[in-house]
Amino acid sequence: MLSLPLFHTMALAGVLFVIGLIGVLVRRNLIFMLMSIEIMLNAAGLAFVAAGARWAAPDGQIMFLFIVAMAAAEVSVGLALVLQLYHRLKTLDTHAAGTLRG
Amino acid sequence: MMEWLWLVPTLPFAGFLVLSLGGGRLPRGAIGAVGAGSVGLAALLALGIATEFMGAPPPDGFFQLSLWDWLRAGPLDVSVALYLDPLAIVMMLVVTVVGFLIHLYSTEFMREEEGLRRFFAYMNLFVGSMLVLVLADNLLLLYLGWEGVGMCSYLLIGFWYSDPANGYAARKAFVVTRVGDTAMAVGLFLLFSQLGTLQIQEILVKADQSWAVGSLLPTAVALLLLGGAVGKSAQLPLQTWLPDAMAGPSPVSALIHAATMVTAGVYLVARTHTLFALAPAVQTLVAVVGAATLLLAGCSGLVQRDIKRVLAYSTISQIGYMFLALGVGAWSAALFHFMIHAFFKALLFLGAGAVIMAMDHEHDMFRMGGLRHRLPVTFWTFLIGSSALAALPLVTAGFYSKDLIIWQSYASVLGGPWLWSAAVAGALLTSMYTFRMVILTFFGPPGRPVHKRPGWRMKLPMIVLAVLSLVGGFIELPETMGHVQLFSNFMHGSLPPVVLASARQGQEGIFALMSGLVSVGGILLIIVLLRPAAGLTRAAAASPVGAALQRWWFGGWGFDGLYDFLIVRPYVRLAILDRDDVIDGLFRGIGALTQWGHRALAVTQTGMIRSYVAAVAWGAVIVLGLAVLL
Repeated sequence: MLSLPLFHTMALAGVLFVIGLIGVLVRRNLIFMLMSIEIMLNAAGLAFVAAGARWAAPDGQIMFLFIVAMAAAEVSVGLALVLQLYHRLKTLDTHAAGTLRG
Repeated sequence: MMEWLWLVPTLPFAGFLVLSLGGGRLPRGAIGAVGAGSVGLAALLALGIATEFMGAPPPDGFFQLSLWDWLRAGPLDVSVALYLDPLAIVMMLVVTVVGFLIHLYSTEFMREEEGLRRFFAYMNLFVGSMLVLVLADNLLLLYLGWEGVGMCSYLLIGFWYSDPANGYAARKAFVVTRVGDTAMAVGLFLLFSQLGTLQIQEILVKADQSWAVGSLLPTAVALLLLGGAVGKSAQLPLQTWLPDAMAGPSPVSALIHAATMVTAGVYLVARTHTLFALAPAVQTLVAVVGAATLLLAGCSGLVQRDIKRVLAYSTISQIGYMFLALGVGAWSAALFHFMIHAFFKALLFLGAGAVIMAMDHEHDMFRMGGLRHRLPVTFWTFLIGSSALAALPLVTAGFYSKDLIIWQSYASVLGGPWLWSAAVAGALLTSMYTFRMVILTFFGPPGRPVHKRPGWRMKLPMIVLAVLSLVGGFIELPETMGHVQLFSNFMHGSLPPVVLASARQGQEGIFALMSGLVSVGGILLIIVLLRPAAGLTRAAAASPVGAALQRWWFGGWGFDGLYDFLIVRPYVRLAILDRDDVIDGLFRGIGALTQWGHRALAVTQTGMIRSYVAAVAWGAVIVLGLAVLL
């Protein structure tokens, strides 16, 4: 079995996470923000799997399954909210939805 | 039939419930029928019970009906139980019969009022509470009725609540009587802690057994109970609320502030007479309070302009007579005067109500006049009531009841020439202010035009009460004039007979003659004084002394100003001072801090989802950085 050094996979996970975070921070379109969140989730999942492989423990893969399930739930709720928001505001710009101010 | 006793207070309570829960669906006619009908049924039942009681008295001289346990906690065992003895029967009959007549009168008098349902609901609640008060077997139930009538009095004085002055009068009555009620409550605590029971008859027996005459405890208890009685019955020094209580509708004044509730103090003292007999000093105080009150109120009644205020002061003064009688041990004389007073004072208030209605809400006697021919029924019944109040000899019931008190205030072992002279001076004042009122209202040049005439439902109660004011006295006649003692013989079932000093016996005829002369003399004197040709009253009012005296008496001897200066204003000032105290500052500081924190944190809620994400990211970076570095 091909074995990658832990450092490489962790670095990839870190890069993916930062890319996702930057995506969430800089995009204003809700669809793209959801996609960026997916990237962040997958980065975390990658880190779990790599760590599990490194210490030969099943925990990492179990956590990944959890993350996949959670991501599916998150997307379904998130897309439903996106639809509602679009229905109401006719735009997906998050700035337009900034009425809940203190 | 006596086992139906519980229905007597229940019927008015049921009327109250129907009226208060019936909502706006009841037609106006039905409201009057329920209001007056429930009290009428109670009156019929009370008459039946009284007849049976008198016809075949129970072997022990009383009838007791225990309904259910109310409170049971350790030694405190209070049941809702009714106690019927001659004293309670007299009170019950007066409350229901006079109450029914006044309710009947109200169905017409209040016909066009906005809050008719509210009025009858309160009136029924009042009658029910008053019946609980007089029929209660223990002092706690009595206190419940006592507070119930106080509350109804408050509600009915402020019946026309849209005028703030009426609300003020209602609050004043409530707060002033509260002073007395607090004393009474403390008295009840003391009785319970010392004797371990609140059941009235047990208290009387135990007190008689365990306390010495004149010792500290019965004196303290009697003083505290007297405090309650003085507050409720508007005696010195808590009399200031009654004249203002005239802000309520006239039937309310007739029922509550003349015939029934204000005599609750007399009832309380008579009910607990053993305690007062154990405290001779307090019993003397009762007589002195009564004598002083009847004189003070009589003087104030002499200078009033408002017809109802004259009657209010005369009520205070007549209850003063009852206290005087209680103070000299003439228990049944006090109750006799209570009963006769209920008849004629209710009559006078109803007559005054008819006059006020005819004059379109005019209370000032100086703007009335000449009503003799225009309101004949009102005039004749009012004249009868006034004669009874002025104790016109031989024909009126008021003469027999008041003469009995005047005579016994002299002849009793506890009485004496001083109390007697106060009573006689009071009788003179009474006939003067009473006939001043009659002359100003019904004689002389016509005042304002007559606006409305009373119908049969107003006339009938006045006529019935007028008849009672005339013939009611014949059940108790002095020794020299027939010597009938039906009333006092009946009362001796619950109250001991008066003890006359042996040296003063046998002079009753001369004393009756004197009080009769004083009464007639007062009437003649005021007729002469008020003759316009004489101009004597105007001259008296114009002189500086006369004017000052008039002002002083008009305001009820300045008691209002005194209490205002001594209690009300310092209290208000203290309240204003206390408004910004330190402890409030602490709590206000916490509030301000919380609000400031809220504003500071609210700034961070921008509604921009990206800023939240950035904040979470920075937070994560900082926490992770700290975790790595430390």
